[in-house]
Amino acid sequence: MKRFTQVLGAGVLALAFGAISGNAVAEKVTLGVSIPTATHGFTGGIVWWAGEAKKELEKKYPDLKVIIKTAGGAPEQANQLQDLVTVNKINALVIFPFESASLTQPVSQVKSKGVYVTVVDRGLTDTRAQDAYVAGDNTAFGKIPGEYIGKTLGGKGNVVALRGIPTTLDNERYEAFQTALKATPDVKILDAKYANWNRDDAFKVTQDFLTRFKHIDAIWAADDDMAVGVLKALDQAKRTDVKIVFGGAGAKGAIKTLMDGSDKRIQANVSYSPKFIYDAIKLTAEARLKGEALPAKTIIPSVLITKENAKQFYFPNSPF
Amino acid sequence: MQPAHTETGSTRPSLQRMLRHVSSLGPVLGLIVLCIAGTWLNPDFATLDNMMNVLTRTAFIGIIAVGMTFVIISGGIDLSVGSMAALIAGSMIFLMNKLVLAGTLSPLAIVLTGIALALLLGAAFGAIHGLLITKGRIEPFIVTLGTLGIFRAYLTYLADGGALTLDTALNDLYAPVYYASLLGIPVPIWVFLIVAALGTIILNRTAFGRHVQAIGSNEQVARYAAIRVDLVKIVTYMFLGLCVGIATVLYVPRLGSATPTTGILWELEAIAAVVVGGTALKGGEGRVIGTVIGAILLSVISNILNLTSIISVYLNAAVQGFVIIIVAFLQRSRH
Repeated sequence: MKRFTQVLGAGVLALAFGAISGNAVAEKVTLGVSIPTATHGFTGGIVWWAGEAKKELEKKYPDLKVIIKTAGGAPEQANQLQDLVTVNKINALVIFPFESASLTQPVSQVKSKGVYVTVVDRGLTDTRAQDAYVAGDNTAFGKIPGEYIGKTLGGKGNVVALRGIPTTLDNERYEAFQTALKATPDVKILDAKYANWNRDDAFKVTQDFLTRFKHIDAIWAADDDMAVGVLKALDQAKRTDVKIVFGGAGAKGAIKTLMDGSDKRIQANVSYSPKFIYDAIKLTAEARLKGEALPAKTIIPSVLITKENAKQFYFPNSPF
Repeated sequence: MQPAHTETGSTRPSLQRMLRHVSSLGPVLGLIVLCIAGTWLNPDFATLDNMMNVLTRTAFIGIIAVGMTFVIISGGIDLSVGSMAALIAGSMIFLMNKLVLAGTLSPLAIVLTGIALALLLGAAFGAIHGLLITKGRIEPFIVTLGTLGIFRAYLTYLADGGALTLDTALNDLYAPVYYASLLGIPVPIWVFLIVAALGTIILNRTAFGRHVQAIGSNEQVARYAAIRVDLVKIVTYMFLGLCVGIATVLYVPRLGSATPTTGILWELEAIAAVVVGGTALKGGEGRVIGTVIGAILLSVISNILNLTSIISVYLNAAVQGFVIIIVAFLQRSRH
């Protein structure tokens, strides 16, 4: 009898375990989202799109809980990762790392606790620390404007470029831009300076470019925020030689200008929407709810935006 | 300085004054050397247009630095000015856009209301700083470090993390405040000159100015001398706040927008301008004209770097650092 109960007990236990592990796929998913605080237009968009994903997905899937944390710097982000694991008990993480190198170790700690990790935008230095990688296409971000400017200038002209903040991401974009312009050797890059993805700095750098170079055909502003400063500086100096100002990322103000055709210097843009955080959260949440994994690498393509397709890139409610 | 101490009492003051004069030329010498170097590297540097560009963009930091000179001479510090400028800019734009929607006021009245709000907010923020520092007896470093975060966070909240952009029609009306010229000199430079002149007069020719210096050199003695230390301190912070308000009034029409990066690191640029200009960070003495030169010096450096490409762009910030240290070295003998 005793033996029988033992067997039965073991069976029940086994069944119970079976049920639990079988159910694990339909278990609740607590998804942590770790992103930078809104310090400029683009990160403002990241925060907004993360919020949209939370609202939409939590309504659709009752078993899903999304916790969003914003951090002002890499050390703060590392601390938040610890909190997400120990306090919020997350079992999935979507992270937009501040820096690749300094967050690789903290993220790998999280992964070793059994959390499913999706890294967004900036790849970690050790890819073993992540399960999946979702990113925009930085090469296309530089290549598309390079090709566009080369073609529109008819293969000949002077270009100046603005750069963002010294990062690998910025290098990748600028190198792609230079490479694309090699196809049209008579289009020369006169110089490129950092303007920190910032309107005011872009204004100053452009003023000085205008003082220095008497004839410029196109300016690669490399960001829609910087393009605002570039246009103001051009207007102030009353310079009409600049025919193209190419921004980038598809901020709503820039897309609106493109759609309305209100500034003839802005004829094209390249998409690099902060919406990829929304895509990453959605892909991760839906895969984990089904107990599936994501492909190791998902690249959200950057495409040329012109007046014809501008509408599908216009999100009036987003702050970006 | 050494020979001065060996002189007899009667000639000492005049000699000291002369030496003081020479060492106070440090920033001016630095500026002259930089201008020569700039012209040599790129002849376009010495054009009138470029000079106007540099002086106009110096106006924001310069005006704030004039206010900062008073606060630093009184022995205080304000780390929040960049964030304060950003929040004032954001609040102005927010209010003006709301008034456009309401549609009761004429566009000109709306712009004037916005300007009034900027000046009022600046003075009010300064008064809050002053009260917390004197009556609340909290270190100025901590008070303004706190508001540095608070102001910027509220701007980001107002802007929803993105940009606050001024209504286009209003911006066209308001733009001349930054872009127009009077007698060939852009408006911001005029305002900068007026603020600097007023600052010089207040510091050197009024009782208030002398009280500020007395408090900075020895607060206890100033108290015994029946100076109303708390009141004077509060007024210096209000004056700085007002300067931030004036700078913002000039800033907003430039881009017609405020973003969370507006005014970032302005506090350090303003403090650097004050110190490079010869005001001691420990308080007690300083000169407004020195601050003006310090502010111009700082923007000339980045202008020259933009006009040339002899140095790797990665090293631009280092050049600014070297120049600050060299200029500080040139005028060290005064203390």
